[in-house]
Amino acid sequence: MLEVMDVSGMVTFQDSGRYGFASFGVPRSGPMDWFAHRAANQLTGNPPNAAVIEIGLGDAVFRARHNCVLAVSGAGYEVQNYIWTFPLWTSFFVRAGWVVHLKRKSGGNWAYLAAAGGFEVDSVLGSRSTYLRGGLGKAIQLGDVLQCGKPSAELMKLAARNFPAEIIMPYGQVPVIEVIAGPQKERFTEEGWQTFLNSEYTLSRSFDRMGYRLEGNPISYSAGADLISEGMTMGSVQVPANGQPIVVMADSPATGGYPKIAHVVKASLPLLAQCEAGVSKIRFKEVTVEEAQEKYRNIYVARKFAT
Amino acid sequence: MFKALGDSALLVELGDKIDIAVNQRVHAFNVLLQAKNIAGIIETVPAYCTLLIHYDPLILTFDQVEFWARDKLTQVDDSLNRTPRQIEVPTRYGGASGPDLETVAASKGISAADVIRIHCRREYLAYMMGFTPGFPYLGTLDERLIMPRLETPRTLVKAGTVAIAGAQTGIYPLDSPGGWHLIGWTPLKLFDPHSDSPFLFAPGDLVKFIPVEDDHA
Repeated sequence: MLEVMDVSGMVTFQDSGRYGFASFGVPRSGPMDWFAHRAANQLTGNPPNAAVIEIGLGDAVFRARHNCVLAVSGAGYEVQNYIWTFPLWTSFFVRAGWVVHLKRKSGGNWAYLAAAGGFEVDSVLGSRSTYLRGGLGKAIQLGDVLQCGKPSAELMKLAARNFPAEIIMPYGQVPVIEVIAGPQKERFTEEGWQTFLNSEYTLSRSFDRMGYRLEGNPISYSAGADLISEGMTMGSVQVPANGQPIVVMADSPATGGYPKIAHVVKASLPLLAQCEAGVSKIRFKEVTVEEAQEKYRNIYVARKFAT
Repeated sequence: MFKALGDSALLVELGDKIDIAVNQRVHAFNVLLQAKNIAGIIETVPAYCTLLIHYDPLILTFDQVEFWARDKLTQVDDSLNRTPRQIEVPTRYGGASGPDLETVAASKGISAADVIRIHCRREYLAYMMGFTPGFPYLGTLDERLIMPRLETPRTLVKAGTVAIAGAQTGIYPLDSPGGWHLIGWTPLKLFDPHSDSPFLFAPGDLVKFIPVEDDHA
């Protein structure tokens, strides 16, 4: 059990997402950075869909009520456990009474705290992912006591496991984000497409789990900016009439009515998610569906993620 | 007609306009795909004239999903017998409830009363759901009310707000951002996740707006 001693920013439970209600307009939710979420569960010996605490844009402090093993992954954070500072991407033993502090630094937005055994959270519409706008789950608050499930092995076997540095995603603030041409690419001028691929974008400060608004050279249309609404998903790059792209993220609406010039590939979504507002210099690069899928599969193979 | 939406979804386009026959074909196609429980197919999202198929790229390639969808599309039965539900939506138009009512009227060269009269006269089909949980996309809107979306979406629109954009009208079930023109507000609750039936509307419902005065809403 973990007691929440302090919390700021956006702190929620996320499993791997809510599936099966998109046709009623329910967002999938799940983690902003799927790679870090997977890694945190792997480090603590949990199944890939276990609920993890996502800490975004602020700090969180917990006190253990029982001995437990925790792991923290992500970017832009450091972890203090009792009197020690730990790097991310490790699992560590926490004795009852110790305080674990996740401190926001620079270089990312989202950290993932997994507990061996997973957190026990009520499932709503088939998932333990929090979707605040829809009233599905609620933000984790000061004073909450978070229950953990039964670990998959003895705690000492799960503690002090490392995720080797060379297989961590290449997080950074000058990322090249790979995209596949979107279903409405032909609605933009060739110049607009080249602008998108060849200029630098920054992340606007008005961003959240639903979408990342980018700022940079406006993308020009050859046809109108109205689209008959259709399905979309995390990574879709919409361009409203003002020409400034919006990448929809974990709480993406299931459908949308702005033309989609491109779609961020799964292998690049963690990099984009960890871009800092006003700091990152984001560039896009076109790849094929086949290249993107191969890269995604290779991540699973290299990191030995369960499929 | 079969297009990639990134590396984990396939968009099937069955038409390029808002049309009842096309939309019914989308739903017939969707029913056919859902009857099959295929490993790697995650879920499908019907819209006005498209169906989005979400798949798991660890299990399936784009080509495999396209081949499957192409084959199933030839088996679609267009003759659907259904008796749609009819739902009435009490709506307070204009003022703080519908801050864009006057702007819409002015840009169409008609009075606010005309906008209300035209908007509530038709019975609308819920072509699809989307945007936020329980949001019904209703159509088709009278041509005299067709407006493009806002150039820059609002960051906050109140739950229950009735809005129009393009040939569509809809109701925001939750406080959320929005790029539509806001013309009214209803007290009905469109989404309740803890209820046995979480959604007020389902695709295919028929919906009519009933104007009410302030103190009745």
